Amino acid sequence: MPYDYTPFPYRRAPGLDGPEARHPVFIVGAGPIGLALALDLARHGTPSVLVDDNDVVSVGSRAICWSKRSLEILDRLGLGERAAEKGVGWKVGRTFHGEEEVFSFDLQPEPGHKFPAFVNLQQYYVEQFLAEAALDNPLIDLRFKNRVTALDPVAGRLEIETPDGAYTLEADHICACDGARSPIRQMMGLEFDGEVFEERFLIADIEMQADFPSERRFWFEPTFHAGQSALLHRQPDDIYRIDLQLGWDADPEHEKRHEVVRPRIEKVVGHADFRIDWVSVYTFQCRRLTSFLHDRVIFVGDSAHVVSPFGARGGNGGLQDVDALGWRLAAVAQGAEVAMLRGYDRERGFAADENIRNSARATRFMTPADGAERLFRDQVLKLAAQAPFARGMVNSGRLSVPCTYPLDGPDAPDLPMGARPGTVAPDAPLGNGWLSERTGHGWLLLAIGQDAPTVEGVKALTLGSDDVLRDRYLGDADCALYLLRPDGIVAARWRDAGAQEIEAAREAACL
Amino acid sequence: MSLNTHPNIPDPDDFYAELLAAHHGLSEAESHALNARLVLILANHIGERDVLRDALALVREAG
Ligand SMILES: Cc1cc2nc3c(=O)[nH]c(=O)nc-3n(C[C@H](O)[C@H](O)[C@H](O)COP(=O)(O)OP(=O)(O)OC[C@H]3O[C@@H](n4cnc5c(N)ncnc54)[C@H](O)[C@@H]3O)c2cc1C
Repeated sequence: MPYDYTPFPYRRAPGLDGPEARHPVFIVGAGPIGLALALDLARHGTPSVLVDDNDVVSVGSRAICWSKRSLEILDRLGLGERAAEKGVGWKVGRTFHGEEEVFSFDLQPEPGHKFPAFVNLQQYYVEQFLAEAALDNPLIDLRFKNRVTALDPVAGRLEIETPDGAYTLEADHICACDGARSPIRQMMGLEFDGEVFEERFLIADIEMQADFPSERRFWFEPTFHAGQSALLHRQPDDIYRIDLQLGWDADPEHEKRHEVVRPRIEKVVGHADFRIDWVSVYTFQCRRLTSFLHDRVIFVGDSAHVVSPFGARGGNGGLQDVDALGWRLAAVAQGAEVAMLRGYDRERGFAADENIRNSARATRFMTPADGAERLFRDQVLKLAAQAPFARGMVNSGRLSVPCTYPLDGPDAPDLPMGARPGTVAPDAPLGNGWLSERTGHGWLLLAIGQDAPTVEGVKALTLGSDDVLRDRYLGDADCALYLLRPDGIVAARWRDAGAQEIEAAREAACL
Repeated sequence: MSLNTHPNIPDPDDFYAELLAAHHGLSEAESHALNARLVLILANHIGERDVLRDALALVREAG
């Protein structure tokens, strides 16, 4: 069954009938990132106005793979379990050269995490879930069919067009969540540097009855699509994603025609019994803004950075932007120094570089330039059949994992590496719940195997040690203290510390 | 460890002859492909990023 694109309700904006009071936070774009940001701010008690020029969810799926980290972030917005239940969980990827399997990965070899490594879920479902939650939230003023047409980034003044006419509005902070083509970025004349890959990919979602396992399957030079690459991945509702590399000379308009698409897909799936749900032809890019902060404007998600989708680092990276921004912007809106936002720029700039590096490498491996690049790519594939070392070089995408921020908070280096400052505090089972459900709400002091000192503004969670906690948090130590930020990132850790040290680490982590 | 550029292969003339023999009868394109595989195999065997980086710097200089 095709997805039902029911429009969201349009309401007349108050600004059409008289000036609105200055808003603390204004968000442009109700894609997954703008919606998640509004919900995250609301969670921290900060209201926002969120506008979108449209009134339906993303037409065609685009993002399908949502990472464990994204599910944890959605969980704090009340949507993690809904997304995981609707989605198709997976963790194994297989890469083939011709018909032979040359590389496979298992993204979550260990148990004891609330969420799987990945679920596949169409972007329109993620947006629908987020939009429903936002419409229900009294701190979010969500306005569909409101298009930003001009802005003064210094004064924080915006001009907005609606079906009932235009109005202006003012805000202290403007979050540009307006996507890869970001009109805000263009209005401000900001450079968006990076590279374009001269290649065209056909991306299609088809509906069919099949029992392909829910693994990610990727082929280099498949027998059914000579000389190119292909991807097949399952989504809910019997929908399958197919990517086919077409070559730079392909004509996108021609390739999108169903009579051209169908025979290509028949060769992939081996029959003609399917319905085409959505088709598009893309050329991919990896680009970023040098800085994500400009006057009163904060760039978040695709407006700040775009990547090619091999690795699923676009939407997942954007949700991590939200995670790094929400608590800081809420604090600033409630009176903290604006300088606190620099931490967002620093950390997410670092992450954008890592995401671009990984996405660009995978795309280059798929689309090598003539000469040495193609030579090495082809020989790696050839060697992979015989020599295990070469399999690790076969690159069809390195899937999104959160980066480790380069933080210099206090560290007790003999504690496990996987929970060092800058990492996401690893999940663990806790009685009848999960540690990830307890982190990421405010500042948290995790005391394992000892009592937690009282620190103002920091909640304490005292845990006895068990095998999983020992493995993820203690190593050979008997006890430890972990200071977690409101986004669940480890800010500092000690074997033992007093309230003053902890308080100082918390202050330093806000700079 | 840093890159060893001093003689390290016993019987270098024999090795050199074996290297040429491995290319025997190949077209130029096939020889390039063989060299690429050889680079990958040897690089993996060395395995030390510092040494490999030094080697890459040296080949750029020497070219
Ligand atoms: C083929 C493909 C596959 C992908 N696969 C994955 C994947 O598997 N996993 C993953 O994580 N990511 C994936 N991505 C990337 C993902 O789709 C994007 O990263 C994500 O949509 C970014 O969200 P966003 O909210 O920043 O921008 P968008 O989703 O583009 O939303 C921007 C919103 O802003 C609105 N807007 C724009 N201008 C204005 C204006 N002037 N006024 C008001 N509103 C405005 C738009 O209408 C839109 O609703 C994929 C992308 C593609 C193309």
